[in-house]
Amino acid sequence: MLELKNVRKSFGGLIAVNDVSFDLGDVGISGLIGPNGSGKTTLFHLISGFYKLDSGTISLKGEPISGLPPHAISQLGLSRTFQQTRVLPFLSTLDNLISAAPNQLGENLLPLFFMAKKVRQEEALNREKAMEILEQLKLSDLATLPAGDLSYGQQKLLELGRVLMADPALIILDEPTAGINPSLIRSLVTTLKQLRDKGIKIFLVEHNMPLVAELCEKIYVMDSGALIFSGSPEEVQGNKRVIEAYLGRDNNAA
Amino acid sequence: MDYLYHILVLAMIFSIFAMSLNLELGFAGLYNFGHIAFFAIGAYTSALLSLNGVPIPLAVVAALVVAGVIGAILARFTLGLTGDYFGIATLVFAEMVQLLLLNERDITRGPMGLPGIPRPAWIGSGPESLVWFLLVAGMGTAIVFLLLQRLANAPFGRALKVVREDEFVAQALGKDTTRLKTKAMVVGSVLAGFAGVLWAHYITYISPADFTLNETIFVLLCVVVGGKGTNLGPLLGGFAIVFFGEFVRFIPIPSEFSRFVAPLQGMIYGGLLIVMMLKRPQGLISESRR
Ligand SMILES: Nc1ncnc2c1ncn2[C@@H]1O[C@H](COP(=O)(O)OP(=O)(O)OP(=O)(O)O)[C@@H](O)[C@H]1O
Ligand SMILES: [Mg+2]
Repeated sequence: MLELKNVRKSFGGLIAVNDVSFDLGDVGISGLIGPNGSGKTTLFHLISGFYKLDSGTISLKGEPISGLPPHAISQLGLSRTFQQTRVLPFLSTLDNLISAAPNQLGENLLPLFFMAKKVRQEEALNREKAMEILEQLKLSDLATLPAGDLSYGQQKLLELGRVLMADPALIILDEPTAGINPSLIRSLVTTLKQLRDKGIKIFLVEHNMPLVAELCEKIYVMDSGALIFSGSPEEVQGNKRVIEAYLGRDNNAA
Repeated sequence: MDYLYHILVLAMIFSIFAMSLNLELGFAGLYNFGHIAFFAIGAYTSALLSLNGVPIPLAVVAALVVAGVIGAILARFTLGLTGDYFGIATLVFAEMVQLLLLNERDITRGPMGLPGIPRPAWIGSGPESLVWFLLVAGMGTAIVFLLLQRLANAPFGRALKVVREDEFVAQALGKDTTRLKTKAMVVGSVLAGFAGVLWAHYITYISPADFTLNETIFVLLCVVVGGKGTNLGPLLGGFAIVFFGEFVRFIPIPSEFSRFVAPLQGMIYGGLLIVMMLKRPQGLISESRR
């Protein structure tokens, strides 16, 4: 699904991602953990094309994607959320979702005039789908509100909803549960499991260890830019290097 | 009555101009401070061609095409720049166009401008022509408004707003932000060119002095006062600002102060812009109230 080979990225003298290689394979939900500043977000930016690699290659479904602009990678079936929640504050909650539908005919000029009917049909379908997702995320009552008025947790859910609109092959989520309340976390977990059962692959960064252990079949561990271990949740929990990475560095035993 | 018609025509021309800027500024979030250049390009292209015997309809079409092509070229070179630098680059572009008009005397007659720009025969040039021109300008305004409404209410307009709100999110959602912004700039330039065309054939005399930073501020004022991000806002904004300007002219000012009137008008516009931004940044027509 997603394959990285010798991926490197540095900022000035700091090597944020150091020679990372792995293949997500066919695993439903994979996790990425590591202490603060270990390079997880940077790696996600590299995968989604927001940062350019210094060296190495990344491929999605066997196709090389490193070097492509973010929108092209997104069109190939990779959807992402951001660690710092980013909704479109002045657009309505509903419009936030509808605008996430990929490859809309009506975003081009000529079809607006020469294929108006088709554009309208497509728009109606997208609207219907967006309403279903709002229903599923229990945000229906907020559909017409500007997304900037939603609570932090609701905005996180909305971001996930945007990902759902896209029918992606792979979703990468940067700390999806950070700062949201336990009941929202449960509804998020349910949604993620449903997605996995539909065959969508998920790769997530998360500091909430019980959650990672519950959701992820396979866990990758980063420390100071390097991939130091990967394995099942049990293997990771018992691994000495992983424990050292967390306890030895900054006592961040998340 | 004629005077009222005259002001109405001016208001419509500036409304079209304001709506065209709003597509870039209000929808795509592109702070284009050189939009007057496209007004000038439209006006000069159509004027020069028709003065040289090209039939007016053909001259008009050519003017729109030229404005669009130059808009695409400007987009190609400026869209790589972020926020502030884009604004500065477009401002510089407008200055360059003005310098070109001033200095290419063989073609543009420089500061002397182009007098005697022809009008379509059926409009004529006497007082009765005013009504016809009012009709033409009114139809032009309606067409531009409806066209822009079509774009605004379509996925295209929404996608522009996504780009405006958060370019990273737009990219993460698979939107080719450069392409979307280029399209906004091309359409905006063509419509600004159209406003310029109407201006040239209405006033029948143009010179580089008509297309300065002052006019840029004037049209910005129309957009900001009217309300950016809607089409109705700049449409009304154009009328409001033009009528306001005429109203200010009628304030009785003792003749010994008359030399202060022009700078005073500029100050009033500047002051109005600041007050609007502070007190009602969303403008008369607010985007979110739908
Ligand atoms: N744009 C940037 N410019 C310079 N340095 C950066 C940049 N982005 C990240 N870094 C640095 O790279 C390192 C890795 O940061 P990154 O955000 O990837 O960590 P992380 O694992 O996501 O941490 P956290 O768990 O806190 O989110 C950090 O030292 C950070 O300061
Ligand atoms: Mg991070």
